[in-house]
Amino acid sequence: MSERHPHTHRSPPQPDHPEPSSDYELLGVALNELLIEKRIYTAAEMRATIEQIESIDSSHGARVVARAWTDPDYKAELLADGFAAVEKLGLDPGYVELTVLENTPQVHNVVVCTLCSCYPRLMLGRPPVWYKSKAYRSRVVREPRAVLREFGTEIPKDVEVRVHDSTAELRYLVLPMRPANTDGLSEDELVELVTRDSMIGTALAEAPSVAS
Amino acid sequence: MPEPRVPESSVMPRFATGARVRISARSEGRHHRVPSYAKGRIGVIERVCGAYDQPELIAYRCSGEPLQTLYRVQLNQEDLWSDYEGACNDTLEIEIFEHWLEPA
Repeated sequence: MSERHPHTHRSPPQPDHPEPSSDYELLGVALNELLIEKRIYTAAEMRATIEQIESIDSSHGARVVARAWTDPDYKAELLADGFAAVEKLGLDPGYVELTVLENTPQVHNVVVCTLCSCYPRLMLGRPPVWYKSKAYRSRVVREPRAVLREFGTEIPKDVEVRVHDSTAELRYLVLPMRPANTDGLSEDELVELVTRDSMIGTALAEAPSVAS
Repeated sequence: MPEPRVPESSVMPRFATGARVRISARSEGRHHRVPSYAKGRIGVIERVCGAYDQPELIAYRCSGEPLQTLYRVQLNQEDLWSDYEGACNDTLEIEIFEHWLEPA
């Protein structure tokens, strides 16, 4: 093999993930090695892609939310066209429609993908394990209030809980309600209150600490 | 890679926002994007989302055309689950393609 591909192993892929523990993980590792050997892509390209994916976290979504809290015109734009509004902040909106769901005193939104694990990765980074779990995916459509309670989120009965099943082309970002007693906070300080889970809808935005 | 954003399309949507629709109860052996809990249920069109490739076709590397209009359908939780224990105005919204919808 090395005679036919003398340069194949000049830059072998170094593992980015723990040792594979299942057949499918092993298959993934083997496929990756084969694609590099066949020069479909290089180990360096693969590493760069992983770095790019891992450079995105929920701070992207938090910036969008904090801007919407402080700028009513921006909020209106965000609700009308999430893609354009995200781009306006210099963030990459990706290639799918981003639909922003506004929480109000009347409606609490929560997002799931029952069929797989569709998730607004460019706003929130990689999904948490619970989001991809069969338990969350099957239960939150059927007993959303019980699931939210397990996240410490109690929604009053007079507030509509609206579950969004992300089954096809759209991706969803929840715009949580701005917490009380945050009038004096700057946009940067508000960003700190916007958690990943508050943008999935399993939690509310954090209350400001007493000191600030 | 998927096409960017909603493709411009001459496909005319069959249903308007607010229309009552039934999600088809048919079974489908191929890859498709309608979860079984939604099949046969009646809801209301919440919005028209544009036209997209048919998932049953592109999953097998075929052209996704003719494009199908995608809708968000709002369902009442109490209609979905007879033993639903939340509040009576709780809802669920789901994306359904036009070829899975019938007037109701």
